[in-house]
Parts: sequence; C-alpha cells; structure tokens
Amino acid sequence: MVLYGVAALALCMLVGMLIGDVLGVAVGVDANVGGVGFAMILLVVATDRLRKRGLFPKPTEQGVLFWSALYIPIVIAMASTQNVAEAIGGGPMAAIAGLGALAAGAALVPVISRIGGQSEPLPAMTEAEKAEA
Amino acid sequence: MDIIADVLERNGLLFAFVVVGGLMMISGWLSKTLTRGRLQGSAIAIMLGLVLAYFGGIQTGGESGLADIAIFSGLGLMGGAMLRDFAIVATAYGVDLQEIKKSGAAGVLALLAGIVVSFIVGAAVAAAFGYTDPESMATIGAGAATYIVGPVTGTAIGASSEVIALSVAAGLIKAVVVMVCTPLIAPFIGLNNPKSAMAYGGLMGTTSGVAGGLAATDKRLVPYGAMTATFYTGLGCLLGPSVFYFALVGLFG
Repeated sequence: MVLYGVAALALCMLVGMLIGDVLGVAVGVDANVGGVGFAMILLVVATDRLRKRGLFPKPTEQGVLFWSALYIPIVIAMASTQNVAEAIGGGPMAAIAGLGALAAGAALVPVISRIGGQSEPLPAMTEAEKAEA
Repeated sequence: MDIIADVLERNGLLFAFVVVGGLMMISGWLSKTLTRGRLQGSAIAIMLGLVLAYFGGIQTGGESGLADIAIFSGLGLMGGAMLRDFAIVATAYGVDLQEIKKSGAAGVLALLAGIVVSFIVGAAVAAAFGYTDPESMATIGAGAATYIVGPVTGTAIGASSEVIALSVAAGLIKAVVVMVCTPLIAPFIGLNNPKSAMAYGGLMGTTSGVAGGLAATDKRLVPYGAMTATFYTGLGCLLGPSVFYFALVGLFG
C-alpha cells in the first residue's frame, strides 16, 4: 500500500520535528533544533529494520520515493517564493555580508572535509538518475 | 478571464505543479541548447524561479515572491517549509548511516565553524559600514548566519528595527547566492561526496540555500547537507544573543 510509505514518512517527520522543538525549548531558543535531521535518522533506521523483516515491500517504498522525486520541483517552487526583492533592496552592506559569509564558508569546505581522511567522490550519475533530475 | 483566474486560484496547488513543470521543461531545454548540459536543468530552473520571485515581489510588494500574486499562491504551499522538509526527509531514504557516522565529527566542526565565521564576517562588514555598536554588529553578524538568526538575535539584544531589517536582507542574500552559486563552486571545493556535503551544510546553514544549491549540484548529496544544516539555525539562535553578543560587548562595548 503506497499510503503506508507516505504515512511512515510523515510520522518520522512529525516525531523528528517534535524532538527538534523540545530540544529548542530545552536550550531556550525559539527555533527547531535539528528536527529534519532527527526525522531523517528515524526514517533511515526504521525503514532499514522494516525492510529486513520484509515489512517494507515495493509498493510501500513507492510512497517514500515519490516524495523524494518531488524534491527538486518543490525546491524550484521554494525558489520562486523567496523574498528576492527585499534581499536585493537591502543594499550593498547586506549583499557584502551575505556574499562574504558564503565565500568564507565555502573556503572552509575542503579544510573540514579532510577531517577523518579523504572521501571518495560519488560515482557519476547514471542516465536514469539524470533523467529524474 | 475572470473565470480562468478563479479556477486557478481555487486549485492553487495544482496550478503550481503545472507552473513548475513548465519551468522545468524550459530549463531542461535551455540546459541542453545553451550550456550543452554543463549547467543542470534544475540549476537553471532555480535561477528562473528566483528571477520570477523578484518580479513577483516588485509587483506586489509582498514577502513571498511570485506566491503573492493570487493565481500563483499555490507555489507558497508547494514550496513552503512543510512540503520542503517532507521531501528533504524523503531523500534520506536509503542513505547509509555509516556514512553519516563517519562524517559526524566533521559535521559538528563544520556547524561551529560555519556559525562563528558567518558572525565574524557579518559583524566586520557591519563595522566597515559604520555600524560599530555591539548590538548592530551582533545582529548583522547573526543575519549573515541565516535570516532567522538575525531577527531573533536583534530582538533579544534590542537592536534598532532598521538594523534588524538589514540582517534579514543579509540572510536572504546568502540564501539566494548559496542556491545559485553552489553548482558553480562545487568542483573547486570538492563538493562531490557525502562528507563534503555534510561539511557544506554545516558551514552554510541556510536550509533553503543548501536545499536549493545541492539540488542543483547533485540530488544525492541533499540528505547529507540537510542533516547538518538543520541544526544551524537553532544553534545560531542560541549563540547569537549570548556568547557572540557578549564577546562583542567585551571587545568593542
């Protein structure tokens, strides 16, 4: 049943968000701390166990994969609803602060990636994966 | 005309699927013909989306880009935080937990370094533009972290509303440039494996920026980047009005 997959995904997300909100309250900030991260870990662990017991058949899996495939369209919709006008209206100081943070952060990526040994690049995308993107 | 607009408004989410589908088709075609596939279709689609968001914002004076125009309001639901996070979590399906454990230390360090570096860069830029009081420097530094950390910090320490608005603008600029620039800088910073994606998510922190940027680079990296980015805003809201503000007061107060 496809809906079981969607329901499992939604449940993981809700529990993750709840953990994130509780953690936010615990440390005294008005923000969700790591909700999406906890939800992802829950999903990976839960589906892994269910799959091993044969309780996560292909149709159920489709319910999760459908939303994964919708990720890029959703991000495009997100881009079209950003407050770009205000971002640009912030003037040169806002632009330099934002760009500077990006440049400084990006420069640190190779440094931090080196911790714990180099990682192999992912294999090139297959034609099927490219078609999906 | 009124009848058409009415149908589109009542079925906003469905129209949003059509609009995004159209955008993706145009982008795929542009990617093949103009860049010979070098720039992914999704990267072009995200840029087109941002351009449309700009005109939507200019047109209406609203905060939600194209979604402020009534017939496009469904884009706000489709691209809103709920479905975005739902889809991000879905991308984690099938991810190897070992990979995340292996990169855990790098991820935590990336988070801390990312927040501290953004704070410092933002505060330095603020000072360079004449905002030399600790409240303004801390708020704009926090805005350079994300557009949520900025106002949270500014409100907590009593910065002026003008400075808070600037901090939001700085955070929005960061989100937009991270979306656009990630696929362009990825080859130069080794952003092609799960560990560097975790480092990238932690260093950038802006969920929308990282979500868009990694989608335009390689969708398989999304769950790793999102995993660390999701802690960033919370941690920033914790450190901004406290450690960071007190450090600035100690140095310049």
